[in-house]
Amino acid sequence: MRVTVDSERCVGAGQCALNAPEVFDQDDDGIVTLLVQEPGAADAEGVLAAADLCPSGSITVHED
Amino acid sequence: MTTSTGPTVVGFPRRTPEEPLPLSQYASHRAQSGLVLSHLPNGVPIWLVTRHEDVRAVLTHPKISANPDNEGFPNVGETMGVPKQEQIPGWFVGLDSPEHDRFRKVLIPEFTVRRVRELRPSIERIVDERIDAMLAAGDRADLIGDFALPVPSLVISSLLGVPPADRDFFESRTRTLVAIRTSTDEERATATRELLRYINRLIAIKEKWPGDDLISRLLATGQLTGQELSGVLLLLLIAGHETTANNIGLGVVTLLTNPQWIGNERLVEELLRLHSVADMVALRVAVDDVEIAGQLIRKGEGIVPLLAAANHDTEVFACPHAFDPERSERRHVAFGYGVHQCLGQNLVRVEMEIAYRKLFERVPTLELAVPLDELAFKYDGILFGLHELPVRW
Repeated sequence: MRVTVDSERCVGAGQCALNAPEVFDQDDDGIVTLLVQEPGAADAEGVLAAADLCPSGSITVHED
Repeated sequence: MTTSTGPTVVGFPRRTPEEPLPLSQYASHRAQSGLVLSHLPNGVPIWLVTRHEDVRAVLTHPKISANPDNEGFPNVGETMGVPKQEQIPGWFVGLDSPEHDRFRKVLIPEFTVRRVRELRPSIERIVDERIDAMLAAGDRADLIGDFALPVPSLVISSLLGVPPADRDFFESRTRTLVAIRTSTDEERATATRELLRYINRLIAIKEKWPGDDLISRLLATGQLTGQELSGVLLLLLIAGHETTANNIGLGVVTLLTNPQWIGNERLVEELLRLHSVADMVALRVAVDDVEIAGQLIRKGEGIVPLLAAANHDTEVFACPHAFDPERSERRHVAFGYGVHQCLGQNLVRVEMEIAYRKLFERVPTLELAVPLDELAFKYDGILFGLHELPVRW
């Protein structure tokens, strides 16, 4: 699983940092930052939830 | 493509004592193909959007606007005692991207998951003090007036850096704004003016003597004019007050009637979904011809996405009317969706969690002081909630 984020689209709702704190964080401006580009199986559920809950569609999960 | 038979026409959603949230009306609307057409109390036709998928589509559509200045924007009448939105600079919930984004970006750092976590001790102190006051006053209380309303108001005051000596003033004026049933339009307009005057004075003080608070930090960014800043602050205050209070109050009722779930760590999310207090808040208008759920919506037609309807969509949530904190589906839209999704959502979550935890820990014998069917729900306001919640212990 590979994850990319679009910080330009991010509206700082924080759903990602709340649901997958091992993978996403908010920087000092509150914008999404990626802590891990290829999260392991343990974080998969949280990452998928974060991608689905993100209100601005800033998170993409690539299954490659 | 439009449907050949034309849309189904339905009545405007109505809350009643039998159904304080009109969920059976929503269920029948969701069963129609496309969208259903309704009329505002003033006779203007609008589209009701009730399916989860369609609500999300409306709230992220680039040609669907949140700006009430656009022709055709649905005016649902009552506006929470707030002066007309377009009169207040900085009222960015009524702006679209990119104008909206400048305001949101300045505010995001104040409401991150981390920042809200840092606020926990001060929220716990506020909640404890309200419980102390309730317990000291006797063996019964109105949980709305004595707890659910003051807590978010005090949290916002502390966030903004309102000096403790002024918090009673701040709280009493915000309470007037909320008291739709007992205060007049004129009293609410006066309270809004007094709050704006107070906010402006506070801004002037923070300009001279900056502190470790939201106003001082926003001033330091230099991104907002004075007028915009006071509008933004009034918005934070209003958006975060009654909504949070309604959630706390309704949540206590649901937990008292489902006590087996008290203490469950996922109950906040499920209460947000179940009650959807901001059901009808995310009003929109099409600024071009668009298609949602196969239905053509013409430029200038008003759209009412119903968040409670989406949150009770059986396509997404199994047994949606059941209170089940352990359900696996988390995609509720109680905070809206898209760029306007509630900025303060992480603060609300923490306020709710601390409020329930402290209340049930410190007042374990808490119970309703009236039968369930005598609770005074808000039938006519824009928000779903309770006017009063008599409890005893």
